[in-house]
Amino acid sequence: MSVETIAGVTLEVNDEGFLVDPSRWNEDVAVELARREGIDPLSERHWEVIRFMRSEYEAKGAGPSVRMLGKTSGVPIKELYELFPKGPAKLAAKIAGIPKPRGCI
Amino acid sequence: MGDAIEKVSIIISKGSLEGVYPGLIMANGARAEGIEANLFFTFFGLDAIHAKRLSHIKVAAVGNPGMHMASLLGVLPGMSAIATHMMSRKMETFDIPGIPEFMEMIADTGCGMYACKASVELFGFTKDDFISQVQDIITVGEFYEKAAGGEIIFT
Repeated sequence: MSVETIAGVTLEVNDEGFLVDPSRWNEDVAVELARREGIDPLSERHWEVIRFMRSEYEAKGAGPSVRMLGKTSGVPIKELYELFPKGPAKLAAKIAGIPKPRGCI
Repeated sequence: MGDAIEKVSIIISKGSLEGVYPGLIMANGARAEGIEANLFFTFFGLDAIHAKRLSHIKVAAVGNPGMHMASLLGVLPGMSAIATHMMSRKMETFDIPGIPEFMEMIADTGCGMYACKASVELFGFTKDDFISQVQDIITVGEFYEKAAGGEIIFT
């Protein structure tokens, strides 16, 4: 756990770089988190996935698996991996400021 | 993070449901973590990529202590189908896809899929027998070339 200033906001992040408190997230934070992961700039398709992750988290308390993301976000799995090559669910969750999804699939 | 796994090559050698899934889950899970992954199908594992067979992969009802059922019952007609059906229903509730969908999904993650040349010849298959996601039929030597620099997992 460490405290960092990301896009002017003081935030607690865990060892893997995920925000500890998702409510402290904003879109500028997302841009900065994405930049740190080598995604710069975020395209409209990236934003679609990020917003979807946020709404799923707010509704269900957890981010979706890659399979669910492919089925319900409107972005197919192939494209998800093009947008987030280092793992769509994991990376999109990190950029969306929500905890890492823990599913095995 | 110098010790992080960056690449895995997973060999699937068995043709039962419980023989195929672990390798698929590990390959898919690797890609989800951003790890490069290859799947290599050999021997009865070829059924998992055989276009006409992958929808019919079954749980072994005989000789499988994990079934917690007398092997004598396992020989009854349809027992394997019943066990497979029950298992598949349960898997779906836990977000585990059926094998055809899983193969398609894993290919879409960018995982490589290859068939073992010796086994393909042994069973008299050709590339046309396999699902389109299979990139190539390769020798064991070519497999080691593709696996170079990563971990190899045999299932």
